Amino acid sequence: MADLPSPEQPAPTAAPNEAAAMDILLPRDEKDVLAVVEAAVANRTPLEIMGFGSKTGLGGPVTAEKCLSLSALSGVTLYEPAELVLRAHAGTPLREIQALLAQNGQELAFEPMDHGDLYGLTKNDRIKGGTIGGTVAVNASGPRRIRAGAARDHLLGFQAVSGRGEIFKSGGRVMKNVTGYDLSKLLAGSHGTLAIMTEVTLKVLPRPENEESVVVSNLTEDQALALLRMATGLPYDISSFSCLPEGSLLGLARGPIAILRIEGPHLSVQKRKEEIITFFRKQAMFAKGQYDLLQEAVSREFWSAVRDALPVTAISGQVWRLSTAPTEAAPLVTAIHAAGVPILRWFYDWAGGLIWLCIEPSTDAHAEPIRAAVDRFGGHATLMRADDCIRAQTPVFHPQATALAALSQRVKLAFDPLSLLNRDKFGKNFEPRISDPKSSDSKPEQQTHNS
Amino acid sequence: MPLPEAAILTKRQEIVARLQQIVPNGVVHTEREMRVYECDALTLYRQLPLVVVLPETVEQVSQILRVAQDMNVKVVPRGSGTSLSGGSLPLADAILLGMSKFNRVLEIDYENRCVRVQPGVTNSAITRAVEDEGFYYAPDPSSQIACSIGGNVAENSGGVHCLKYGLTTNNILGLEVVLMGGEILRLGGKHLDSDLYDLIGVLTGSEGLLGVITEVTVRILQKPATARGILLGFPTVQDGGDCVAEIIARGIIPGGLEMMDKASIDAVEAFQPCGYPRDAGSLVIVELDGTEAEVNVLIDRVADIAVKKGATSLKVSENEAERLRFWSGRKNAFPAVGAIGPDYLCMDGTIPRSQLSYVLTRMDQLAAQYGLRVANVFHAGDGNLHPLILYDSSKPGDSEKAEQFGADILCLCVEVGGVLTGEHGVGVEKRDLMDRMFNEIDLQQQERLKCAFDPAHRLNPGKVFPTLHRCAELGRMHVHNGQLPFPDLPRF
Ligand SMILES: Cc1cc2nc3c(=O)[nH]c(=O)nc-3n(C[C@H](O)[C@H](O)[C@H](O)COP(=O)(O)OP(=O)(O)OC[C@H]3O[C@@H](n4cnc5c(N)ncnc54)[C@H](O)[C@@H]3O)c2cc1C
Ligand SMILES: Cc1cc2nc3c(=O)[nH]c(=O)nc-3n(C[C@H](O)[C@H](O)[C@H](O)COP(=O)(O)OP(=O)(O)OC[C@H]3O[C@@H](n4cnc5c(N)ncnc54)[C@H](O)[C@@H]3O)c2cc1C
Repeated sequence: MADLPSPEQPAPTAAPNEAAAMDILLPRDEKDVLAVVEAAVANRTPLEIMGFGSKTGLGGPVTAEKCLSLSALSGVTLYEPAELVLRAHAGTPLREIQALLAQNGQELAFEPMDHGDLYGLTKNDRIKGGTIGGTVAVNASGPRRIRAGAARDHLLGFQAVSGRGEIFKSGGRVMKNVTGYDLSKLLAGSHGTLAIMTEVTLKVLPRPENEESVVVSNLTEDQALALLRMATGLPYDISSFSCLPEGSLLGLARGPIAILRIEGPHLSVQKRKEEIITFFRKQAMFAKGQYDLLQEAVSREFWSAVRDALPVTAISGQVWRLSTAPTEAAPLVTAIHAAGVPILRWFYDWAGGLIWLCIEPSTDAHAEPIRAAVDRFGGHATLMRADDCIRAQTPVFHPQATALAALSQRVKLAFDPLSLLNRDKFGKNFEPRISDPKSSDSKPEQQTHNS
Repeated sequence: MPLPEAAILTKRQEIVARLQQIVPNGVVHTEREMRVYECDALTLYRQLPLVVVLPETVEQVSQILRVAQDMNVKVVPRGSGTSLSGGSLPLADAILLGMSKFNRVLEIDYENRCVRVQPGVTNSAITRAVEDEGFYYAPDPSSQIACSIGGNVAENSGGVHCLKYGLTTNNILGLEVVLMGGEILRLGGKHLDSDLYDLIGVLTGSEGLLGVITEVTVRILQKPATARGILLGFPTVQDGGDCVAEIIARGIIPGGLEMMDKASIDAVEAFQPCGYPRDAGSLVIVELDGTEAEVNVLIDRVADIAVKKGATSLKVSENEAERLRFWSGRKNAFPAVGAIGPDYLCMDGTIPRSQLSYVLTRMDQLAAQYGLRVANVFHAGDGNLHPLILYDSSKPGDSEKAEQFGADILCLCVEVGGVLTGEHGVGVEKRDLMDRMFNEIDLQQQERLKCAFDPAHRLNPGKVFPTLHRCAELGRMHVHNGQLPFPDLPRF
């Protein structure tokens, strides 16, 4: 497949998926974005927002008449390594940003994933790795989540066009800022349903000099998870905590393993890994464990596989991502098994706080038993991979209690009162009822257009 | 402030009676007893509330907010009243909702590394509850022994360790919040991130304008195995700033990274000597924490950088007592400056660090122009500046001059690409400067969010926003008449 066409060389209309057999508009700058939304407001045309648009398999299928890609709004506009700040147009390829940061020994510490395996992307799509706007819009996060946070924790500010057809900004370029509401938190993870970000400002961090991992095997799955939880409370600055059950991919696991990642200056990493092994060997519960090490290169490869959820995405099946309290991880998976959900593969990250499941496909993705179990133990479940027709029926995001859902809808309408942006992304049930424009007080103020 | 609404004032008796029904022993309504609530830590502004109510349960909070909504009365939430921006300043026509009786730690869950507390629990009480097991709550505002966690959430408070460990917003897992009208919502829990909108994120730092926080679940961290401090003296503030920039550019994120100018050094040495270099033009405190192996590596690197950047004095703490002594001067800075006073105004802007030298030069010029003195302490790692303006409230006109000087400093911060407030909040103090940072559309978008939570503008009105628009007015859209053609853009 050819590279995505740039605006200068328009290519024949391409349909990234069968549902989206429509033109994709490519605004060149913020003014273009504004013009599109203004027209959409005037015509009540629902819009689909995308970065590279290669991951339309995310969220509920959007109901839209026009599609807007931010991919031509590209380029880093400010980068000050000593101030840990980078600003870029929303359509800038993630890879370009990562490469620039790497030149200065820095990185996006929240480790956005490469979902190529999740969505079966082609090589070319993967090279670009999504846009920075799309990465922020889904509140991406990786294995370092516990220590380093998610995209939300790194978004310092943004500029955007709201569903009202207005350009607005929030936040700034400095690390500490409490001036006005923190709308960055709201935009991160809004999946394009509130506003179209045109520019984002991010906190960047030094990339750890070295890394190694400690692998503990010869444990039961419960023991492995208990080891991870204990590890999160040790003063050894462990940065990632994953558990792969028996039979997982990655060629590491014969039985369940617990794996801990240690990052920092070389000397410190060497010292800490020994201290960690010594500590766990002394614990009666883990005394029988077998302790191995992953050196730098293997360790990096391992954690990028965990980041990309490879153990579950590399096989076919529907994929769920569950967030819960670490102690509830094993009971939750057991409950889902017990409810008869045909789990093909699963694994844990974030010391058990994140569970990835791959299940045998079914028409409802077993949403009910999975969500019932999650509700019992606390947390939320997101359907990350399933066919369009299934995602159109089954809520992709965890349904909220009535009062909370009502508040979420009011928040949505505060930014996008006609629900023009990514309609149905959060499911048909989420869509706020837009009162009839002709009768109620949400009636747009008619203004003569003289130009 | 908005003029008190006569319609509310005339209903005072009835309001007091309704509140007494809800919280029989928790209504304070005599002038003498209400005196203690008349201001927060921004003492320039004082106002007696309509009435004070001190609920003890969520249900009571819910009922109070329902009654307030029904009777169309305003409500000002208050934690410990240490706000430096007038966030919890009472209004003559508003119920002051004091959360001080919500003072219990509800659950300590070590395995999930979190603690569930009521909002009136002080910041340092959380750490005290878990420190025997080697844990602590990371955000550490200097007011931590007094300020409440509810106030911390409302202000998104920071501390000297937030470059590495984050602000309040990076350390909250769950909230229980009551909306105007009485709805009780539970957000988050013991798991990370939210599906759909991150309402915890937007409630954090909302200055009591969106909802009343009745429960908070915070993350706790294990204490670092070691922490060591380095005390550095430099000839000028510029040199100190260069050193700070170089430390970060070389990939080191210290646990603490603070700076003080000559005026602050002199003030703390006069107040309670702690061995700061009196000949230095600026002082930098670097704290490195982590495992011993890591700290030792980094101490050497930082020392090396400091020498190259022209440090005139350099001391590494050899024990815990010495590390604490390094910090004692910094922690005493506000009272120390207060002692030369007689009064001081604490400002709180953030700037891109590269602008430090320019900002300080301009600040000196302004000080000369106003005939007032200013001392500076900074959270240098993240560019958060605390200029302390000295004035004498007994001198006619001095308070006004100090306020004007403060406003000029904040405008200067914005001018160089920074912001009005890094951690103290907008409150009433910086409200009228909001338009320096945001245009009308930006501000209206923020107000629309407020409308989603509190459509009648009854919760903490008069704070943060310079002008209040009615929600119906904000909801109106300007739509071009007739169909606008879709713009002719490149397509694929
Ligand atoms: C629920 C969910 C969770 C995910 N979690 C992670 C994760 O933890 N880590 C991770 O790395 N990846 C995650 N992803 C994958 C994520 O989609 C990609 O990392 C990234 O979005 C790809 O970029 P893109 O430019 O191709 O985005 P697209 O696929 O084009 O867009 C992704 C989403 O962002 C919206 N969007 C795109 N650009 C903008 C913009 N400028 N303004 C507003 N909205 C915009 C789109 O409407 C769409 O909803 C997740 C996806 C989903 C659905
Ligand atoms: C000497 C001194 C040093 C300080 N140092 C720092 C510092 O280092 N870093 C820093 O960030 N701040 C600092 N502060 C400012 C202040 O301590 C913080 O803003 C603190 O978080 C306020 O907490 P509080 O409980 O006193 O809140 P209050 O002053 O009572 O209220 C502050 C705001 O929060 C709202 N609020 C309070 N409780 C609730 C609730 N339960 N629900 C909803 N809204 C609520 C109020 O309406 C108000 O808008 C300092 C203050 C002083 C006096």
